[in-house]
Amino acid sequence: MTIVSTTPGTLPLSETTARVREHIVGMCAGPEGGHAGGSLSLVEILATLYFRVMRVDPRFPGAPDRDVLLLSKGHGGLALYGTLCEAGFFPEEWLADYAMPDSHLMAHPHPEIPGVEMPTGSLGHGLALGIGFALAFGLDSADRRCFVVMGDGELQEGSVWEAAAVAANHRLDNLVAVVDRNRLQITGDTEQVGGAEPLAERWRAFGWQVREADGHDVDELTLALGTPPTPGRPTLVIAHTVKGKGLPFVEGHVRSHYARLSERQHQRALAALRSEREKA
Amino acid sequence: MSETASRSSREVYRDLVAELLPRDERLVCLDSDTGLFGGVDFGTARDRYVNLGIAEHTMMGTAAGLAKEGRRPLVNTMAAFAASRAVEAVKIDIAMNHLPVVIAATHSGVSAGHLGPTHHALEDLAVMRTLPNMTVVAPGDAATTETLFRQALSVPGPVYFRLGRGPTPDLPQGPPVRLGRAQVLRRGLDVTIAACGPYPVLAALEAADRLGRDGIRASVLHVHTVKPLDVATLAAWASATGVVITVEEHWASAGFGAAVAESLTELMPIRMHRVALPDAFVSVAGDQRHLLRRAGVTASAVVERARAALGQKDV
Repeated sequence: MTIVSTTPGTLPLSETTARVREHIVGMCAGPEGGHAGGSLSLVEILATLYFRVMRVDPRFPGAPDRDVLLLSKGHGGLALYGTLCEAGFFPEEWLADYAMPDSHLMAHPHPEIPGVEMPTGSLGHGLALGIGFALAFGLDSADRRCFVVMGDGELQEGSVWEAAAVAANHRLDNLVAVVDRNRLQITGDTEQVGGAEPLAERWRAFGWQVREADGHDVDELTLALGTPPTPGRPTLVIAHTVKGKGLPFVEGHVRSHYARLSERQHQRALAALRSEREKA
Repeated sequence: MSETASRSSREVYRDLVAELLPRDERLVCLDSDTGLFGGVDFGTARDRYVNLGIAEHTMMGTAAGLAKEGRRPLVNTMAAFAASRAVEAVKIDIAMNHLPVVIAATHSGVSAGHLGPTHHALEDLAVMRTLPNMTVVAPGDAATTETLFRQALSVPGPVYFRLGRGPTPDLPQGPPVRLGRAQVLRRGLDVTIAACGPYPVLAALEAADRLGRDGIRASVLHVHTVKPLDVATLAAWASATGVVITVEEHWASAGFGAAVAESLTELMPIRMHRVALPDAFVSVAGDQRHLLRRAGVTASAVVERARAALGQKDV
Protein backbone atom coordinates (compact mmCIF):
# COMPACT_ATOMS: atom_id res chain seq x y z
CA MET A 1 0.00 0.00 0.00
CA THR A 2 1.40 3.38 -0.95
CA ILE A 3 0.83 6.64 0.78
CA VAL A 4 -1.26 8.80 -1.45
CA SER A 5 -2.52 12.27 -0.85
CA THR A 6 -4.38 14.18 -3.47
CA THR A 7 -5.39 17.00 -1.19
CA PRO A 8 -3.90 20.13 -2.70
CA GLY A 9 -1.77 21.83 -0.10
CA THR A 10 0.06 24.97 -1.02
CA LEU A 11 0.91 26.01 2.52
CA PRO A 12 3.52 24.32 4.68
CA LEU A 13 1.71 22.02 7.09
CA SER A 14 2.75 24.17 10.07
CA GLU A 15 0.88 27.11 8.47
CA THR A 16 -2.17 24.91 8.04
CA THR A 17 -2.16 23.71 11.63
CA ALA A 18 -1.73 27.29 12.84
CA ARG A 19 -4.73 28.37 10.82
CA VAL A 20 -6.80 25.43 12.12
CA ARG A 21 -5.99 26.50 15.69
CA GLU A 22 -7.12 30.04 14.90
CA HIS A 23 -10.37 28.64 13.50
CA ILE A 24 -10.90 26.62 16.69
CA VAL A 25 -10.50 29.58 19.04
CA GLY A 26 -12.62 31.65 16.65
CA MET A 27 -15.48 29.17 16.96
CA CYS A 28 -15.01 29.09 20.74
CA ALA A 29 -15.75 32.82 20.64
CA GLY A 30 -19.08 32.07 18.97
CA PRO A 31 -22.47 32.09 20.67
CA GLU A 32 -22.07 28.76 22.48
CA GLY A 33 -18.33 28.38 22.90
CA GLY A 34 -16.82 25.00 22.05
CA HIS A 35 -14.72 22.01 22.99
CA ALA A 36 -11.40 23.83 22.84
CA GLY A 37 -9.03 21.44 24.60
CA GLY A 38 -9.84 18.20 22.82
CA SER A 39 -9.96 20.01 19.48
CA LEU A 40 -6.59 21.72 19.94
CA SER A 41 -4.98 18.38 20.84
CA LEU A 42 -6.25 16.86 17.56
CA VAL A 43 -4.93 19.43 15.11
CA GLU A 44 -1.76 17.68 13.92
CA ILE A 45 -3.48 14.27 13.83
CA LEU A 46 -6.17 15.51 11.45
CA ALA A 47 -3.79 17.66 9.40
CA THR A 48 -1.46 14.70 8.89
CA LEU A 49 -4.36 12.50 7.83
CA TYR A 50 -5.97 14.99 5.45
CA PHE A 51 -2.81 16.51 3.99
CA ARG A 52 -0.34 13.63 4.00
CA VAL A 53 -1.90 10.24 4.51
CA MET A 54 -5.47 9.88 3.30
CA ARG A 55 -6.62 9.68 -0.28
CA VAL A 56 -9.28 12.38 -0.31
CA ASP A 57 -10.38 14.98 -2.82
CA PRO A 58 -12.32 17.97 -1.50
CA ARG A 59 -13.88 18.51 -4.91
CA PHE A 60 -15.44 15.05 -4.68
CA PRO A 61 -16.15 14.35 -1.01
CA GLY A 62 -17.98 11.13 -1.94
CA ALA A 63 -15.36 9.88 -4.43
CA PRO A 64 -15.64 6.08 -4.61
CA ASP A 65 -11.91 5.50 -4.05
CA ARG A 66 -11.55 7.82 -1.06
CA ASP A 67 -10.23 6.87 2.33
CA VAL A 68 -12.70 7.40 5.15
CA LEU A 69 -12.21 9.29 8.40
CA LEU A 70 -14.60 8.87 11.32
CA LEU A 71 -14.16 11.29 14.19
CA SER A 72 -15.38 8.96 16.89
CA LYS A 73 -14.49 11.61 19.49
CA GLY A 74 -17.13 13.83 17.98
CA HIS A 75 -16.46 16.59 20.49
CA GLY A 76 -13.31 17.28 18.47
CA GLY A 77 -15.63 18.66 15.79
CA LEU A 78 -14.05 22.11 15.77
CA ALA A 79 -10.69 20.65 14.73
CA LEU A 80 -12.40 18.65 12.00
CA TYR A 81 -14.25 21.73 10.69
CA GLY A 82 -11.05 23.77 10.68
CA THR A 83 -9.19 20.99 8.86
CA LEU A 84 -11.93 20.35 6.29
CA CYS A 85 -12.11 24.07 5.62
CA GLU A 86 -8.32 24.34 5.13
CA ALA A 87 -8.39 21.27 2.88
CA GLY A 88 -10.99 22.97 0.72
CA PHE A 89 -14.14 21.02 1.52
CA PHE A 90 -16.05 24.22 2.23
CA PRO A 91 -15.33 27.96 2.32
CA GLU A 92 -13.90 29.68 5.36
CA GLU A 93 -16.99 31.91 5.72
CA TRP A 94 -18.98 28.85 6.79
CA LEU A 95 -17.03 28.66 10.04
CA ALA A 96 -18.69 31.87 11.20
CA ASP A 97 -21.95 29.92 11.22
CA TYR A 98 -20.72 27.57 13.92
CA ALA A 99 -23.50 27.03 16.51
CA MET A 100 -25.65 29.73 14.93
CA PRO A 101 -29.37 28.92 14.66
CA ASP A 102 -30.11 26.51 11.78
CA SER A 103 -26.42 25.86 11.05
CA HIS A 104 -25.27 22.32 10.36
CA LEU A 105 -22.01 23.15 12.12
CA MET A 106 -22.84 21.84 15.59
CA ALA A 107 -20.56 20.80 18.43
CA HIS A 108 -20.60 17.26 17.06
CA PRO A 109 -20.13 16.53 13.33
CA HIS A 110 -23.11 15.88 11.09
CA PRO A 111 -22.94 14.44 7.57
CA GLU A 112 -24.69 17.48 6.11
CA ILE A 113 -21.21 19.03 6.29
CA PRO A 114 -19.10 18.21 3.20
CA GLY A 115 -16.38 15.75 4.19
CA VAL A 116 -18.18 14.41 7.26
CA GLU A 117 -19.01 10.75 6.64
CA MET A 118 -21.12 9.85 9.66
CA PRO A 119 -22.68 11.65 12.62
CA THR A 120 -20.59 11.10 15.73
CA GLY A 121 -20.52 12.43 19.24
CA SER A 122 -22.03 9.71 21.31
CA LEU A 123 -18.77 8.05 22.31
CA GLY A 124 -17.89 4.50 21.43
CA HIS A 125 -19.56 4.34 18.00
CA GLY A 126 -16.72 5.03 15.56
CA LEU A 127 -14.83 1.77 15.74
CA ALA A 128 -17.90 -0.37 14.93
CA LEU A 129 -18.72 1.93 12.02
CA GLY A 130 -15.12 1.59 10.90
CA ILE A 131 -15.47 -2.20 10.87
CA GLY A 132 -18.39 -1.81 8.47
CA PHE A 133 -16.36 0.38 6.12
CA ALA A 134 -13.36 -1.92 6.36
CA LEU A 135 -15.46 -5.01 5.59
CA ALA A 136 -17.05 -3.20 2.64
CA PHE A 137 -13.62 -2.24 1.25
CA GLY A 138 -12.58 -5.88 1.58
CA LEU A 139 -15.69 -7.18 -0.21
CA ASP A 140 -15.05 -4.63 -2.98
CA SER A 141 -11.35 -5.60 -3.13
CA ALA A 142 -10.73 -1.86 -2.87
CA ASP A 143 -7.39 -0.42 -1.82
CA ARG A 144 -8.98 1.93 0.68
CA ARG A 145 -8.55 2.52 4.39
CA CYS A 146 -10.75 3.66 7.22
CA PHE A 147 -9.31 5.86 9.97
CA VAL A 148 -11.14 6.13 13.29
CA VAL A 149 -10.04 8.85 15.69
CA MET A 150 -10.96 8.25 19.32
CA GLY A 151 -10.38 10.07 22.56
CA ASP A 152 -8.58 8.46 25.46
CA GLY A 153 -11.54 9.08 27.78
CA GLU A 154 -13.72 7.45 25.13
CA LEU A 155 -11.96 4.15 25.75
CA GLN A 156 -14.04 3.86 28.93
CA GLU A 157 -17.01 2.97 26.71
CA GLY A 158 -17.40 -0.82 26.57
CA SER A 159 -18.46 -0.72 22.93
CA VAL A 160 -14.90 0.31 22.00
CA TRP A 161 -13.56 -2.98 23.31
CA GLU A 162 -16.38 -5.00 21.78
CA ALA A 163 -15.43 -3.54 18.41
CA ALA A 164 -11.69 -3.86 19.10
CA ALA A 165 -12.09 -7.61 19.53
CA VAL A 166 -14.27 -7.97 16.42
CA ALA A 167 -11.87 -5.95 14.22
CA ALA A 168 -8.89 -8.06 15.24
CA ASN A 169 -10.79 -11.32 14.91
CA HIS A 170 -11.78 -10.39 11.37
CA ARG A 171 -8.20 -9.40 10.51
CA LEU A 172 -9.14 -5.92 9.29
CA ASP A 173 -5.74 -4.53 8.33
CA ASN A 174 -7.38 -1.71 6.36
CA LEU A 175 -8.64 -0.24 9.63
CA VAL A 176 -6.50 2.29 11.49
CA ALA A 177 -7.60 3.63 14.86
CA VAL A 178 -5.99 6.62 16.50
CA VAL A 179 -6.18 7.50 20.18
CA ASP A 180 -5.75 11.17 20.95
CA ARG A 181 -3.88 10.51 24.20
CA ASN A 182 -4.21 13.91 25.87
CA ARG A 183 -4.72 12.30 29.30
CA LEU A 184 -7.61 14.53 30.35
CA GLN A 185 -11.37 14.33 30.36
CA ILE A 186 -14.06 16.62 31.79
CA THR A 187 -13.52 15.75 35.42
CA GLY A 188 -9.78 15.23 35.37
CA ASP A 189 -6.92 12.84 34.69
CA THR A 190 -7.98 9.83 32.59
CA GLU A 191 -5.98 7.58 34.89
CA GLN A 192 -7.89 8.74 37.95
CA VAL A 193 -11.32 8.73 36.32
CA GLY A 194 -11.22 5.57 34.23
CA GLY A 195 -7.72 4.23 33.78
CA ALA A 196 -6.46 3.76 30.23
CA GLU A 197 -3.10 2.20 31.02
CA PRO A 198 -1.43 -0.03 30.14
CA LEU A 199 -2.82 1.33 26.90
CA ALA A 200 -0.49 -0.19 24.30
CA GLU A 201 -0.50 -3.56 26.01
CA ARG A 202 -4.28 -3.64 26.15
CA TRP A 203 -4.58 -3.11 22.41
CA ARG A 204 -1.80 -5.57 21.66
CA ALA A 205 -3.59 -8.13 23.79
CA PHE A 206 -6.69 -7.56 21.65
CA GLY A 207 -4.64 -8.41 18.56
CA TRP A 208 -3.81 -4.95 17.24
CA GLN A 209 -0.54 -3.66 15.86
CA VAL A 210 0.29 -0.69 18.10
CA ARG A 211 2.38 2.32 17.13
CA GLU A 212 3.12 5.41 19.18
CA ALA A 213 3.90 8.93 18.07
CA ASP A 214 4.25 12.46 19.36
CA GLY A 215 0.79 13.64 18.41
CA HIS A 216 2.03 17.14 17.63
CA ASP A 217 4.88 16.04 15.36
CA VAL A 218 3.53 15.63 11.84
CA ASP A 219 6.55 13.63 10.68
CA GLU A 220 6.19 11.08 13.46
CA LEU A 221 2.46 10.96 12.80
CA THR A 222 2.98 10.48 9.07
CA LEU A 223 5.19 7.49 9.76
CA ALA A 224 2.80 5.97 12.29
CA LEU A 225 -0.34 6.55 10.25
CA GLY A 226 1.00 6.01 6.77
CA THR A 227 3.25 2.98 7.13
CA PRO A 228 1.54 -0.11 5.69
CA PRO A 229 -0.06 -2.38 8.27
CA THR A 230 1.08 -5.74 9.50
CA PRO A 231 -0.97 -8.04 7.24
CA GLY A 232 -4.03 -9.37 9.01
CA ARG A 233 -3.88 -6.87 11.86
CA PRO A 234 -5.69 -3.62 12.46
CA THR A 235 -3.42 -0.74 13.48
CA LEU A 236 -3.73 1.43 16.57
CA VAL A 237 -1.77 4.66 16.76
CA ILE A 238 -1.37 6.19 20.20
CA ALA A 239 -0.82 9.88 19.55
CA HIS A 240 0.60 11.49 22.68
CA THR A 241 -0.84 14.97 22.80
CA VAL A 242 -1.44 17.94 25.07
CA LYS A 243 -4.99 19.01 25.73
CA GLY A 244 -5.44 22.65 24.75
CA LYS A 245 -2.17 22.57 22.76
CA GLY A 246 -1.11 26.02 21.56
CA LEU A 247 -2.85 28.07 24.24
CA PRO A 248 -0.33 28.31 27.08
CA PHE A 249 -2.87 29.43 29.69
CA VAL A 250 -5.00 26.28 29.27
CA GLU A 251 -2.52 23.71 27.95
CA GLY A 252 -2.72 20.53 29.98
CA HIS A 253 -5.49 21.90 32.19
CA VAL A 254 -8.87 20.32 32.76
CA ARG A 255 -10.51 23.70 32.26
CA SER A 256 -9.48 23.65 28.59
CA HIS A 257 -12.23 21.07 27.91
CA TYR A 258 -14.85 23.63 27.01
CA ALA A 259 -14.28 27.33 26.40
CA ARG A 260 -16.65 30.20 25.86
CA LEU A 261 -14.44 33.09 24.86
CA SER A 262 -15.35 36.78 25.04
CA GLU A 263 -14.02 38.94 22.23
CA ARG A 264 -11.24 40.15 24.52
CA GLN A 265 -10.31 36.56 25.40
CA HIS A 266 -10.52 35.62 21.73
CA GLN A 267 -7.98 38.31 20.80
CA ARG A 268 -5.77 37.27 23.69
CA ALA A 269 -5.97 33.63 22.53
CA LEU A 270 -5.04 34.57 18.96
CA ALA A 271 -2.08 36.58 20.23
CA ALA A 272 -1.00 33.65 22.39
CA LEU A 273 -1.23 31.21 19.46
CA ARG A 274 0.97 33.55 17.40
CA SER A 275 3.53 34.03 20.09
CA GLU A 276 3.71 30.26 20.70
CA ARG A 277 4.35 29.76 17.00
CA GLU A 278 7.12 32.34 16.96
CA LYS A 279 8.77 30.58 19.90
CA ALA A 280 8.56 27.29 17.96
CA MET B 1 -59.38 -21.12 10.42
CA SER B 2 -56.33 -23.29 9.93
CA GLU B 3 -54.58 -24.22 13.13
CA THR B 4 -51.83 -26.21 11.45
CA ALA B 5 -48.48 -25.25 12.90
CA SER B 6 -46.46 -23.93 10.00
CA ARG B 7 -42.80 -23.04 9.80
CA SER B 8 -41.64 -20.40 12.25
CA SER B 9 -41.15 -16.93 10.82
CA ARG B 10 -37.46 -17.04 11.69
CA GLU B 11 -36.99 -20.26 9.70
CA VAL B 12 -38.78 -18.70 6.75
CA TYR B 13 -36.46 -15.72 7.05
CA ARG B 14 -33.37 -17.96 7.31
CA ASP B 15 -34.32 -19.87 4.16
CA LEU B 16 -34.92 -16.63 2.28
CA VAL B 17 -31.49 -15.34 3.26
CA ALA B 18 -29.94 -18.62 2.10
CA GLU B 19 -31.77 -18.25 -1.21
CA LEU B 20 -31.16 -14.56 -1.81
CA LEU B 21 -27.60 -14.02 -0.56
CA PRO B 22 -25.94 -15.74 -3.55
CA ARG B 23 -28.27 -13.95 -5.97
CA ASP B 24 -27.90 -10.39 -4.74
CA GLU B 25 -24.38 -9.06 -4.29
CA ARG B 26 -25.60 -6.11 -2.25
CA LEU B 27 -26.76 -8.36 0.58
CA VAL B 28 -24.46 -8.96 3.54
CA CYS B 29 -25.71 -11.12 6.39
CA LEU B 30 -24.30 -10.05 9.76
CA ASP B 31 -24.83 -12.48 12.59
CA SER B 32 -24.31 -12.15 16.33
CA ASP B 33 -23.79 -15.84 16.99
CA THR B 34 -27.51 -16.54 16.98
CA GLY B 35 -27.09 -20.06 15.65
CA LEU B 36 -29.91 -19.43 13.17
CA PHE B 37 -27.65 -20.08 10.18
CA GLY B 38 -26.06 -23.27 11.47
CA GLY B 39 -25.67 -25.73 8.59
CA VAL B 40 -26.60 -23.18 5.91
CA ASP B 41 -24.20 -23.25 2.96
CA PHE B 42 -24.09 -19.84 1.33
CA GLY B 43 -21.96 -21.19 -1.52
CA THR B 44 -20.37 -18.41 -3.55
CA ALA B 45 -21.78 -15.85 -1.11
CA ARG B 46 -19.83 -17.31 1.81
CA ASP B 47 -17.80 -14.13 2.25
CA ARG B 48 -21.02 -12.16 2.69
CA TYR B 49 -22.09 -14.08 5.77
CA VAL B 50 -20.12 -12.58 8.67
CA ASN B 51 -20.55 -13.86 12.21
CA LEU B 52 -19.30 -11.00 14.38
CA GLY B 53 -19.80 -12.82 17.66
CA ILE B 54 -21.99 -11.78 20.56
CA ALA B 55 -21.58 -8.07 19.91
CA GLU B 56 -24.91 -6.47 19.04
CA HIS B 57 -23.83 -2.82 19.25
CA THR B 58 -20.83 -3.54 17.05
CA MET B 59 -23.08 -5.39 14.61
CA MET B 60 -25.41 -2.39 14.21
CA GLY B 61 -22.49 -0.01 13.68
CA THR B 62 -20.87 -2.42 11.25
CA ALA B 63 -24.13 -2.66 9.31
CA ALA B 64 -24.23 1.13 9.06
CA GLY B 65 -20.69 1.29 7.65
CA LEU B 66 -21.47 -1.42 5.10
CA ALA B 67 -24.74 0.24 4.09
CA LYS B 68 -22.98 3.57 3.66
CA GLU B 69 -20.72 1.81 1.15
CA GLY B 70 -23.68 0.56 -0.87
CA ARG B 71 -24.35 -2.80 0.70
CA ARG B 72 -27.71 -3.92 2.07
CA PRO B 73 -26.96 -5.56 5.40
CA LEU B 74 -29.27 -8.00 7.13
CA VAL B 75 -28.50 -8.08 10.83
CA ASN B 76 -29.54 -10.90 13.09
CA THR B 77 -30.22 -10.87 16.77
CA MET B 78 -33.06 -11.35 19.20
CA ALA B 79 -35.64 -8.56 19.42
CA ALA B 80 -34.68 -7.90 23.04
CA PHE B 81 -31.10 -7.10 22.06
CA ALA B 82 -31.93 -5.16 18.91
CA ALA B 83 -34.46 -2.92 20.59
CA SER B 84 -32.84 -2.46 23.98
CA ARG B 85 -29.17 -3.28 24.17
CA ALA B 86 -28.10 -2.01 20.76
CA VAL B 87 -30.72 0.65 20.23
CA GLU B 88 -28.38 3.63 20.41
CA ALA B 89 -26.44 2.25 17.48
CA VAL B 90 -29.72 1.62 15.66
CA LYS B 91 -30.77 5.22 16.32
CA ILE B 92 -27.55 7.08 15.58
CA ASP B 93 -25.70 4.87 13.15
CA ILE B 94 -28.56 3.37 11.13
CA ALA B 95 -31.76 5.43 11.46
CA MET B 96 -30.18 8.90 11.53
CA ASN B 97 -28.29 8.07 8.34
CA HIS B 98 -31.40 6.57 6.73
CA LEU B 99 -29.45 3.47 5.76
CA PRO B 100 -31.09 0.39 4.19
CA VAL B 101 -30.41 -2.14 6.93
CA VAL B 102 -32.90 -4.90 7.72
CA ILE B 103 -32.86 -5.73 11.41
CA ALA B 104 -34.16 -9.29 11.72
CA ALA B 105 -35.29 -9.52 15.32
CA THR B 106 -36.23 -13.03 16.38
CA HIS B 107 -37.77 -14.19 19.68
CA SER B 108 -40.03 -11.13 19.79
CA GLY B 109 -42.77 -10.64 22.35
CA VAL B 110 -42.93 -13.63 24.68
CA SER B 111 -42.12 -16.14 21.95
CA ALA B 112 -39.04 -17.16 23.94
CA GLY B 113 -41.23 -17.59 26.99
CA HIS B 114 -39.17 -20.25 28.73
CA LEU B 115 -35.99 -18.19 28.44
CA GLY B 116 -37.39 -15.67 30.89
CA PRO B 117 -38.00 -11.92 30.85
CA THR B 118 -34.41 -11.04 29.87
CA HIS B 119 -35.25 -12.59 26.51
CA HIS B 120 -38.74 -11.16 26.08
CA ALA B 121 -39.22 -8.10 23.88
CA LEU B 122 -42.40 -6.28 24.82
CA GLU B 123 -41.01 -2.80 24.18
CA ASP B 124 -39.55 -3.21 20.70
CA LEU B 125 -42.43 -1.82 18.66
CA ALA B 126 -42.54 1.25 20.90
CA VAL B 127 -38.81 1.82 20.63
CA MET B 128 -38.50 1.22 16.91
CA ARG B 129 -41.57 3.11 15.76
CA THR B 130 -40.36 6.18 17.63
CA LEU B 131 -37.21 6.38 15.51
CA PRO B 132 -37.44 8.62 12.45
CA ASN B 133 -36.84 6.89 9.08
CA MET B 134 -37.62 3.44 10.54
CA THR B 135 -40.08 1.03 8.93
CA VAL B 136 -41.51 -1.44 11.44
CA VAL B 137 -42.93 -4.75 10.24
CA ALA B 138 -44.41 -7.61 12.29
CA PRO B 139 -45.65 -10.42 9.99
CA GLY B 140 -48.57 -12.55 11.17
CA ASP B 141 -47.46 -15.94 9.82
CA ALA B 142 -44.96 -17.79 7.65
CA ALA B 143 -46.43 -16.81 4.29
CA THR B 144 -46.72 -13.16 5.28
CA THR B 145 -43.12 -13.24 6.48
CA GLU B 146 -41.91 -14.36 3.08
CA THR B 147 -43.93 -11.78 1.17
CA LEU B 148 -43.04 -8.91 3.47
CA PHE B 149 -39.35 -9.78 3.62
CA ARG B 150 -39.05 -9.69 -0.15
CA GLN B 151 -40.82 -6.31 -0.13
CA ALA B 152 -38.67 -5.04 2.75
CA LEU B 153 -35.58 -5.45 0.57
CA SER B 154 -36.85 -2.61 -1.62
CA VAL B 155 -37.42 -0.16 1.21
CA PRO B 156 -34.88 2.66 0.82
CA GLY B 157 -34.23 2.95 4.57
CA PRO B 158 -33.96 0.82 7.70
CA VAL B 159 -36.53 -1.89 8.44
CA TYR B 160 -37.18 -3.48 11.81
CA PHE B 161 -38.46 -6.95 10.96
CA ARG B 162 -40.14 -8.57 13.97
CA LEU B 163 -39.91 -12.36 14.00
CA GLY B 164 -40.95 -15.06 16.43
CA ARG B 165 -39.25 -18.16 17.69
CA GLY B 166 -41.49 -21.21 17.27
CA PRO B 167 -43.95 -22.13 14.52
CA THR B 168 -47.31 -20.36 14.61
CA PRO B 169 -50.52 -21.33 12.76
CA ASP B 170 -51.11 -20.13 9.20
CA LEU B 171 -53.57 -17.28 8.85
CA PRO B 172 -56.50 -17.76 6.47
CA GLN B 173 -56.12 -16.59 2.89
CA GLY B 174 -56.83 -12.92 2.43
CA PRO B 175 -56.18 -10.08 0.01
CA PRO B 176 -52.57 -9.70 -1.20
CA VAL B 177 -50.11 -8.69 1.49
CA ARG B 178 -48.51 -5.32 0.82
CA LEU B 179 -46.00 -3.66 3.09
CA GLY B 180 -47.54 -0.50 4.51
CA ARG B 181 -51.13 -1.64 3.96
CA ALA B 182 -53.37 -3.31 6.50
CA GLN B 183 -54.75 -6.63 5.26
CA VAL B 184 -58.51 -6.78 5.68
CA LEU B 185 -59.33 -10.37 6.71
CA ARG B 186 -62.98 -9.85 7.73
CA ARG B 187 -65.49 -7.18 6.89
CA GLY B 188 -68.11 -6.20 9.47
CA LEU B 189 -69.68 -2.91 10.36
CA ASP B 190 -70.26 -3.25 14.12
CA VAL B 191 -66.74 -3.30 15.47
CA THR B 192 -63.19 -3.09 14.08
CA ILE B 193 -60.55 -5.42 15.48
CA ALA B 194 -57.04 -4.44 14.45
CA ALA B 195 -54.34 -6.94 15.34
CA CYS B 196 -50.57 -7.14 15.05
CA GLY B 197 -48.57 -10.37 15.31
CA PRO B 198 -49.44 -14.08 14.87
CA TYR B 199 -51.44 -14.90 18.00
CA PRO B 200 -53.11 -11.49 18.24
CA VAL B 201 -54.45 -11.90 14.69
CA LEU B 202 -55.65 -15.42 15.53
CA ALA B 203 -57.33 -14.06 18.67
CA ALA B 204 -58.99 -11.33 16.59
CA LEU B 205 -60.33 -13.88 14.09
CA GLU B 206 -61.65 -16.16 16.83
CA ALA B 207 -63.25 -13.20 18.59
CA ALA B 208 -64.89 -12.15 15.32
CA ASP B 209 -66.35 -15.66 14.99
CA ARG B 210 -67.69 -15.64 18.50
CA LEU B 211 -69.17 -12.14 18.17
CA GLY B 212 -70.69 -13.22 14.87
CA ARG B 213 -72.62 -15.99 16.62
CA ASP B 214 -74.32 -13.21 18.63
CA GLY B 215 -75.04 -11.22 15.51
CA ILE B 216 -72.22 -8.74 16.02
CA ARG B 217 -70.33 -8.26 12.81
CA ALA B 218 -66.63 -7.51 13.27
CA SER B 219 -64.05 -6.45 10.75
CA VAL B 220 -60.58 -7.87 11.31
CA LEU B 221 -57.50 -6.02 10.12
CA HIS B 222 -54.13 -7.78 10.05
CA VAL B 223 -51.83 -4.82 10.58
CA HIS B 224 -48.37 -6.20 9.83
CA THR B 225 -46.80 -2.79 9.19
CA VAL B 226 -46.74 -0.73 12.37
CA LYS B 227 -44.82 2.08 10.72
CA PRO B 228 -45.79 3.61 8.40
CA LEU B 229 -49.20 2.79 9.82
CA ASP B 230 -52.01 2.38 7.28
CA VAL B 231 -54.06 5.16 8.82
CA ALA B 232 -56.35 5.42 5.78
CA THR B 233 -57.61 1.85 6.10
CA LEU B 234 -57.81 2.03 9.89
CA ALA B 235 -59.71 5.31 9.75
CA ALA B 236 -62.12 4.02 7.13
CA TRP B 237 -63.09 1.01 9.24
CA ALA B 238 -63.03 3.01 12.47
CA SER B 239 -65.41 5.60 11.11
CA ALA B 240 -67.68 2.89 9.74
CA THR B 241 -67.88 1.00 13.05
CA GLY B 242 -67.19 3.66 15.68
CA VAL B 243 -65.41 1.08 17.85
CA VAL B 244 -61.84 -0.17 17.52
CA ILE B 245 -60.24 -2.94 19.56
CA THR B 246 -56.51 -3.44 19.08
CA VAL B 247 -54.67 -6.67 19.90
CA GLU B 248 -50.91 -7.06 20.22
CA GLU B 249 -48.10 -9.06 21.80
CA HIS B 250 -46.44 -6.03 23.38
CA TRP B 251 -46.78 -3.90 26.47
CA ALA B 252 -49.80 -1.62 26.17
CA SER B 253 -47.57 1.39 26.62
CA ALA B 254 -46.54 3.00 23.33
CA GLY B 255 -47.01 -0.13 21.23
CA PHE B 256 -49.25 -0.99 18.30
CA GLY B 257 -52.54 -0.08 19.98
CA ALA B 258 -51.06 3.19 21.12
CA ALA B 259 -49.96 3.93 17.55
CA VAL B 260 -53.50 3.29 16.32
CA ALA B 261 -54.96 5.45 19.10
CA GLU B 262 -52.58 8.31 18.37
CA SER B 263 -53.53 8.29 14.71
CA LEU B 264 -57.28 7.82 15.00
CA THR B 265 -57.99 10.17 17.89
CA GLU B 266 -56.51 13.01 15.88
CA LEU B 267 -59.03 12.29 13.14
CA MET B 268 -62.31 11.39 14.81
CA PRO B 269 -64.07 10.71 18.08
CA ILE B 270 -63.68 6.98 18.59
CA ARG B 271 -64.16 4.34 21.28
CA MET B 272 -61.01 2.30 21.63
CA HIS B 273 -59.73 -0.52 23.78
CA ARG B 274 -56.29 -2.02 23.71
CA VAL B 275 -55.74 -5.71 24.39
CA ALA B 276 -52.05 -5.92 25.22
CA LEU B 277 -49.72 -7.10 27.96
CA PRO B 278 -50.09 -5.20 31.21
CA ASP B 279 -47.40 -2.97 32.66
CA ALA B 280 -45.43 -5.78 34.30
CA PHE B 281 -42.51 -8.06 33.54
CA VAL B 282 -43.55 -11.61 32.72
CA SER B 283 -41.65 -13.46 35.40
CA VAL B 284 -42.83 -17.02 34.97
CA ALA B 285 -42.01 -19.78 32.49
CA GLY B 286 -44.41 -20.98 29.84
CA ASP B 287 -44.76 -21.16 26.09
CA GLN B 288 -45.88 -18.20 24.02
CA ARG B 289 -49.59 -19.11 24.09
CA HIS B 290 -49.57 -19.83 27.79
CA LEU B 291 -47.97 -16.50 28.63
CA LEU B 292 -50.32 -14.60 26.32
CA ARG B 293 -53.34 -16.30 27.92
CA ARG B 294 -51.98 -15.51 31.36
CA ALA B 295 -51.49 -11.87 30.37
CA GLY B 296 -55.01 -11.62 28.96
CA VAL B 297 -54.14 -11.37 25.28
CA THR B 298 -56.92 -13.72 24.20
CA ALA B 299 -60.00 -13.96 22.02
CA SER B 300 -62.14 -13.84 25.18
CA ALA B 301 -60.60 -10.52 26.16
CA VAL B 302 -61.29 -9.13 22.70
CA VAL B 303 -64.91 -10.32 22.85
CA GLU B 304 -65.36 -8.83 26.30
CA ARG B 305 -63.89 -5.46 25.30
CA ALA B 306 -65.92 -5.39 22.10
CA ARG B 307 -69.14 -6.10 23.97
CA ALA B 308 -68.32 -3.48 26.57
CA ALA B 309 -67.54 -0.90 23.92
CA LEU B 310 -70.68 -1.70 21.96
CA GLY B 311 -72.69 -1.42 25.18
CA GLN B 312 -71.32 2.07 25.65
CA LYS B 313 -72.10 2.83 22.05
CA ASP B 314 -75.75 1.97 22.60
CA VAL B 315 -76.07 4.16 25.72
